[in-house]
Amino acid sequence: MFQKILIANRGEIACRVIKTARKMGIQTVAVYSEADADALHVRMADEAVLIGPPAASESYLVADKIIQAAKETGAQAIHPGYGFLSENAGFAERLESEGIAFIGPNVKAIQVMGDKIESKKFANDAKVNTVPGYLGVIQTPEEAIKIAGDIGYPVMIKASAGGGGKGMRIAWSEDEVAEGFISSMNEARSSFGDDRVFIEKFITEPRHIEIQVLADKHGNVVYVGERECSVQRRNQKVIEEAPSPFIDDATRKQMGEQAVALAKAVDYESAGTVEFIVDGARNFYFLEMNTRLQVEHPVTELVSGIDLVEQMIRVAAGEKLELAQADIKLNGWAIESRIYAEDPYRNFLPSIGRLVRYRPPEESCEGGLTIRNDTGVEEGSEISLFYDPMIAKLCTHGPDRIAAIDHMMLALDSFWIDGIEQNIPFLSAVYGQERFREGRLTTGYIDEEFPDGFEGAAVSEETHFKLAAVAVFAEARLGQRNRAHLDVDLSEDLSAPVHRVVIGGERSLDVTFAAEGDGLRVCSLDGGPKDFTLFSDWHLGESLIRIRINDELMAVRVERQLDGWDLSYRGATLVLAVHRPEVAELAKLMPERIVPDTSNLLLCPMPGLVISIEVEEGQQIKAGSPVAVVEAMKMENILRAERDCVVKKIHAVPGDSLAVDEIIVEYELAD
Amino acid sequence: MQEILRQLEKKRAEARKGGGEKRIESQHSKGKLTARERLNVLLDEGSFEEYDMFVEHRCTDFGMTDQKIAGDGVVTGCGRINGRLVFVFAKDFTVFGGSLSETHAQKICKIQDMAVKVGAPIIGLFDAGGARIQEGVAALGGYGEVFQRNILASGVVPQISVIMGPCAGGDVYSPAMTDFIFMVRDRSYMFVTGPDVVKTVTQETVSAEELGGAKIHTTKSSIADGAFDDDIQILSQVRRFMDFLPSSNRSGVPCLPTRDEVNREEASLDTLVPANPNKPYDIKELILKMVDDNDFFEIQESFAKNIVVGFGRMDGHTVGFVANQPMVLAGVLDSDASRKGARFVRFCDCFDIPIVTLVDVPGFLPGTAQEYGGLIKHGAKLLFAYGEATVPKVTVITRKAYGGAYDVMASKHLRADVNYAWPTAEIAVMGAKGAVEIIFRQDIGDDIKIAERTKEYEDRFLNPFVAAQRGYIDDVIMPHSTRRRVAKALDMLRTKQVERPWKKHDNIPL
Repeated sequence: MFQKILIANRGEIACRVIKTARKMGIQTVAVYSEADADALHVRMADEAVLIGPPAASESYLVADKIIQAAKETGAQAIHPGYGFLSENAGFAERLESEGIAFIGPNVKAIQVMGDKIESKKFANDAKVNTVPGYLGVIQTPEEAIKIAGDIGYPVMIKASAGGGGKGMRIAWSEDEVAEGFISSMNEARSSFGDDRVFIEKFITEPRHIEIQVLADKHGNVVYVGERECSVQRRNQKVIEEAPSPFIDDATRKQMGEQAVALAKAVDYESAGTVEFIVDGARNFYFLEMNTRLQVEHPVTELVSGIDLVEQMIRVAAGEKLELAQADIKLNGWAIESRIYAEDPYRNFLPSIGRLVRYRPPEESCEGGLTIRNDTGVEEGSEISLFYDPMIAKLCTHGPDRIAAIDHMMLALDSFWIDGIEQNIPFLSAVYGQERFREGRLTTGYIDEEFPDGFEGAAVSEETHFKLAAVAVFAEARLGQRNRAHLDVDLSEDLSAPVHRVVIGGERSLDVTFAAEGDGLRVCSLDGGPKDFTLFSDWHLGESLIRIRINDELMAVRVERQLDGWDLSYRGATLVLAVHRPEVAELAKLMPERIVPDTSNLLLCPMPGLVISIEVEEGQQIKAGSPVAVVEAMKMENILRAERDCVVKKIHAVPGDSLAVDEIIVEYELAD
Repeated sequence: MQEILRQLEKKRAEARKGGGEKRIESQHSKGKLTARERLNVLLDEGSFEEYDMFVEHRCTDFGMTDQKIAGDGVVTGCGRINGRLVFVFAKDFTVFGGSLSETHAQKICKIQDMAVKVGAPIIGLFDAGGARIQEGVAALGGYGEVFQRNILASGVVPQISVIMGPCAGGDVYSPAMTDFIFMVRDRSYMFVTGPDVVKTVTQETVSAEELGGAKIHTTKSSIADGAFDDDIQILSQVRRFMDFLPSSNRSGVPCLPTRDEVNREEASLDTLVPANPNKPYDIKELILKMVDDNDFFEIQESFAKNIVVGFGRMDGHTVGFVANQPMVLAGVLDSDASRKGARFVRFCDCFDIPIVTLVDVPGFLPGTAQEYGGLIKHGAKLLFAYGEATVPKVTVITRKAYGGAYDVMASKHLRADVNYAWPTAEIAVMGAKGAVEIIFRQDIGDDIKIAERTKEYEDRFLNPFVAAQRGYIDDVIMPHSTRRRVAKALDMLRTKQVERPWKKHDNIPL
């Protein structure tokens, strides 16, 4: 076994690998860029080596620097994590020649599986189901039309070297094939420098389901069940689970066996993932094989009890797999939520900055329910524009799917992040949806369920009453604190029921509250749920109130603000004011707050750098036409006009660094 | 007897109606509450004791004899905010537009006198049309009486003015002499002369909002200390604010029990100051992580944002915070920031509120605009205020403390009691670049040498230890322990007493 390994990665995955290495008694070496000097993975490792400036292309992607670091520290093996150099055959080859073990598959497997056309050929040979299609290089639109006719519509035209949706077209007719063929080729050429495209059948009601395989250098291959990763946004996975709610034992066995066959066909070793697309009738087709540890590997670990990183290290050291297929048992259900630094209310635009507060729910394993949080950040860390915006991977495990989901919802409610925007409210909203709970997933889930973006989850009547009770609880605690100097016995203070009105969320609720032991009893005087007894050891200033309401344990984010209590729960937000009845009457007289009309303004949707302004003052523009390009988090965002208008005034010039909501362009709206 | 009692009730009911249903309705239609409604929101339930409900004016000119309304345009009395006594007056716009008459002024004077006698704050709610012109000089005399009492009460009891409607002419000076002014957005304004007079005199066309709205006074003129959205919001926030203030200059600061551990450590503060000295960070994060219960009441949030001032609590006791804000103009001190800081420091000193100063200041802002604007004397105000203050003063230098600004920001030399520095502190005459260009003028142009000299200077001076060696810094502390260390210092200083040389009063450079 190795004495020392280097982790050629950063963030949560570096931390994750270090944990296992430490458990195995292996020394660890971290590498880091200048931007990561204070990062968690640097402190967790036994040694750390600076490998260059923040840009990944000058640090984490530079094989030479990483090999140099390994040599300097005497690391015998390198774990590449995911991303960066993890699927770079050249890197694996270099390590081989340098005599450093690569904790991953062999060069050949990486090469073959890295090429979409090559990998399909191997899959066909290994009798793995592949999507009906034509794998040869297509020369002309006419040829493309003929092939599409043979496969049957709808078809998809894809770039051979592609990924991330680039160079991909769906065609439902001959005309669309001709057009898509040309544009796909152009895009492939400009994006990948390789204009080869191929055509295959387009799958309806598709699900993304993948099989985890483990292989050693001695020809042993097993599969460790599947993961369903259908809930994606712009090809970015958001929620993953194991097992899939859609797969039956027979299908699992078929998929697993095909995945094993494919792995064997390329002499695979280490952990790998065979991705399938599955249609509504449980037909499954091979998509591609990822020759690395997947981001979402924790769900497999939670249901199988296998530490995949440990297996990878053992395999790389030449050990034989100790697991036979029959040893692999899947227990319960695991779910993973990817927590991203993005603003769900603003079309998921990236959000960067300092994590002023970062308090994840505590990792735990109690009563058959597990919380696991893989992260590379801590309170005070900076989410920078240089790297992946993922903050954490929050996983729960329970005896069944609903238990895992419910535990996830509680864990998300208990997650406190401040300083940047994040997608927790959105995740909570998804878990609250009937369709999700029933497991009716497709890769189009988010587009179908949130066609107009995300505006916060709806608040049910029951939730509204519960949150009102929480607001009353908080107000009662505040009142007790403020009157503590009066020398009154605080237990007597609330002995008789007090009448209050809870205003907010477009309703007004009459309640009474009184002490009930150490807790508080809140009764509704209106219709709806009547009676709540609340217990919590929450104190003023804590942002998270863990509270028992009747028999339910709730976690609610609570912030005291000018108009009362800002409560966030399950992706919904309510501002509730608790007033004396006569004050509540007067509150009704208050004029409605006018939200300033910004429809004639193009505001900068995120902190970023103005790359270009595409319009001139006085210019007439159509809805949808590009107005400005703003760069943030390495991404160029094209900002478009929302309606037909005339450009009145331009407030920013290229090179300006703008904050959120700074004005870029002022329009004159055409009536 | 029954009949007499009934008559009293009838009279009271009539007085409570103020200017009558129609005027009340008109007040409501403007999104405003009446004087009594406002007091109901401001004060604890059932705690209001009204005085002088039956006062009427004595004017006989211009047909005023026939127009008498009980109360005469102002509601006065006392009540409680979270159990603590306050005196209040609220202008009643429904009665003669809230205009001030001789008797109206007397009502205010009465509660001013009482507040000073018993040592309780005075809160005035303004919504009025100025002097009652029909009364002539009697009204002016009334103003004068109120002003004089504002002055006498200043520094004895906290005085708070809440502007909830028009406030013009003579009405503006009373708030101007109180400690804090809060305004309702869009529905209140303050000016000495209104838009009509402005138009006549200067030909300027300006709306009341542009001339003296909450936005102007919280961002441009710094007349107001805060702006809020409506009557309910502002009055609930005044309640919250009063919980921070002592009742008088003899009462000591209130202490609200907290379950927020005084020893709470905040590991993330160790990374608050960025490695790059030119990168800003938000000093409010430090304040919020230091105070009890995440509760900080900021004063003049929208004005001179390069300095942050406001109230928080530590271990239950009220503390005034003054902090340079690196996010705005790198936290530099300019005239506005100096005035803002100075006034706040003096308020704290009046009322025995300990001052915690957080320093990250690159110096004073250079330029003709500043010098012509009197930066020397404005800067001196802050210096003077800190130097004369005898309340407990605890200072934490987080990063830069350069030049004269180092002295000003509650340094040891201005009798600060406990001065801490973070390891990232740089206490020096100036930054490395400027210093090297002066000390090593002969090397300018030789980049290699300059770089060497800069490094030399940085190593020698840009740290807290040179100052610590001289005892200007009592200790270099870990950022994560700031709350605990400052709270301990404040606790130690609770019995602080300072003798001052006899003087009538000092002569702060106004």
